[in-house]
Amino acid sequence: MKLLRLVFKNLFRHRLRTALTIVGIATAVMAFGLIRTIVGAWNAGVTGAAANRMITRHRVSLIFPIPLPYRNEIARVPGVTGVSWANWFGGVYGEPNDFKNFWPRFAVDPDTYFDLYPEFQLPPDQLAAFKKERNACVIGRKLAQQHGFKLGDVITMEGDIYPGSWQWVVRGIYTGRDPSTDETQMFFQFAYLFEQVRQREPGRPVDAGFYVLRVGSSDAMARVARAVDTQFVNSRSPTKTESEREFQQSFVQMSSAIITSLQVISVVIVGIILLVLANTIIMSVRERTREYAVLKTLGFSGRHLAGFVLGEALVISLSGGVLGLLLTFPIVKGFAKALPTFFPVINVAPLTMALGIGAALLAGLAAAAIPANRVMRMPIVVGLRTVG
Amino acid sequence: MMRIPFSYIWRSLWARRLTTALTVGGVALVVFVFAGVLMLARGLEATLIETGSPANVIVLRRSATSELSSQVDRATADVLEAESGVARGAEGRAILSREVILVIDLYKKKSNALGNVSIRGVSPRALELRPGVHIVQGRPFQFGTHEVVVGKGIASLFKGVALGAELAFGGDRWTVVGIADAGGTAFDSEIWGDADQFMQAFGRPVYSSLTFRLAQPGGFDQLKARLQADPRMQYVDLKHERDYYQEQSKTLATFIRTLGIVVTTIFSFGAMVGAMITMYAAVANRTVEVGTLRALGFRRRSVLGAFLVESVMLALVGGALGVALAALLSFERISVVNFQSFSEIGFGFALSPGVIVRALVFAVVMGVVGGFLPAARAARLNIVNALRAS
Repeated sequence: MKLLRLVFKNLFRHRLRTALTIVGIATAVMAFGLIRTIVGAWNAGVTGAAANRMITRHRVSLIFPIPLPYRNEIARVPGVTGVSWANWFGGVYGEPNDFKNFWPRFAVDPDTYFDLYPEFQLPPDQLAAFKKERNACVIGRKLAQQHGFKLGDVITMEGDIYPGSWQWVVRGIYTGRDPSTDETQMFFQFAYLFEQVRQREPGRPVDAGFYVLRVGSSDAMARVARAVDTQFVNSRSPTKTESEREFQQSFVQMSSAIITSLQVISVVIVGIILLVLANTIIMSVRERTREYAVLKTLGFSGRHLAGFVLGEALVISLSGGVLGLLLTFPIVKGFAKALPTFFPVINVAPLTMALGIGAALLAGLAAAAIPANRVMRMPIVVGLRTVG
Repeated sequence: MMRIPFSYIWRSLWARRLTTALTVGGVALVVFVFAGVLMLARGLEATLIETGSPANVIVLRRSATSELSSQVDRATADVLEAESGVARGAEGRAILSREVILVIDLYKKKSNALGNVSIRGVSPRALELRPGVHIVQGRPFQFGTHEVVVGKGIASLFKGVALGAELAFGGDRWTVVGIADAGGTAFDSEIWGDADQFMQAFGRPVYSSLTFRLAQPGGFDQLKARLQADPRMQYVDLKHERDYYQEQSKTLATFIRTLGIVVTTIFSFGAMVGAMITMYAAVANRTVEVGTLRALGFRRRSVLGAFLVESVMLALVGGALGVALAALLSFERISVVNFQSFSEIGFGFALSPGVIVRALVFAVVMGVVGGFLPAARAARLNIVNALRAS
């Protein structure tokens, strides 16, 4: 206990230096937390994927639509308990190069889509209103908040995949059931897209972008995928059926190079923590070489002294780590606000917190290792003779 | 005012090598990441801007954000082909390529993951239009057949696209007859074939875009004004090819830059704290020295300057080291999906003088901010007390 007090007393000898070191480590831990949270946000779609949903899309690429009549054939496959479909609409809202103006827009089948996505919670009266009106749309709570959309508002957009000017009336605002639910999407009636395109561009076919399948149990997935895909293998539009999780994963994969770079950066950060901390510890030990020799003369063993050095490093790194974690929350919040729709779901994961503290402690140990070892082995006479 | 000799500053740094090295290392790591991010964003922009040729004009459907979402019909192409503002080649034929862009999935060599690859159907004039594209292996594809040429970026990254391989898409098989080198531009990340063949296979009646060369290099505005008045051209938009590709890089480059700058700003703070710790210790250790300097007649300002220069030196060495480390990244190439075109684009880290200058300025700022408070403390020391310190 007394030894611990000595550690603390030593910490307060150079208050400014200790404080600066803690701040330095805290910043690094915060950056570490931010980066890991961003990587986590990238994976949000994968984490949020339901265990009983599958996606059927065109085998060659997602950009090709698949015929509407497939719906009935897919529904007949044993194990499939529900089918719906959606189309990526694209579109440009306001200034095209502003991140804030981008959010996913889908044309969906109003009768089945929300059944398959129970995590999008919509009040029954709003769902009914959405089904009744051709040009109605449903938007996520976060999206509504960001742009100040209210029920009854009209959203106007310029189409790119489906050219022309488009208008929808907001008839519903859904909330997410889970923290990992994306609350920035927008849905409107597939029939509206179909009819409008027929009117605006006669002769242009409008098919399903992809089908969403619900299966009774996740064990059936492999069998269902095989059954669906074999059915269409020789048609003009062969399909690829996979679990929603795999489907989302393929999107994450597209940016894998960026994610890898971010992970490299987070390792670099641990290096920075190490350097800042090592600098402080080495400085302190060098200044106190003579004191340590005196302590040895008084009968403290080398291990005691190594314990002092290590203890000091760990206290500093732990304080820095905790402070950094506390700072992570506001900075993540600020970041989410700056790029709202880029990362619809952004949360600091418990694992990130643990890793942040862990990294700080590990750096503490590593930074103290060499100086502690040196102090432990130092002959008393050499220590006493040192000019600090 | 007498300045403190530079050699004194330099030797002070050398005297505490380990601490100096650690601080330099911290700054170097931060500058490394800073420069790396800038190089990446720059590399992406360079790739896409180089892709566009200044003499070329691209025609897209109005309000289309990329070739992928654009549709241009045959009638429009015919009108343009007869237009006098379009350059003519050998037999008086317009140098214009009717193109169709689609995306197919292929498996990557390394990760075995699916990647999105652009396939571009072109007209016979396409190579004349883009003199930067050369066939480096095999031969060009024949029009009217199911032959394709693969960009070297795709050839090195994806499976099943080697010379002689067969690709299956659009309900048909396509033979790879050549590998193209497009000099590091976006065309390196594409597969080229006959536009008419692709359209037939995919049952697609319209083109994605038209690209042509201007008859007179400066004739763009005039041509655009004339075509905008033409009722047959109401639904299309003309852009310099270069501007179009620059727009294509915008979202991803801005994203990389924003993210990188937020992150480096945060941990530049860490490096500044590191420099501050080092400089405070330097001041504390040399109190007597500072007293002596002052007693010799050096002014407070000189002392302040000496410590600041020391700190800036520290940061500059770190900065140079960081830039040198980042320069090694030039040999790396990465490939990500650009969501604007929904397909893979390969690009490298591009080190430019601008990036170097910005990285070094960044390092100097860290040095000045980190060194100012300690230097001010040294300058404020009272001569008598400083000399008496042990």
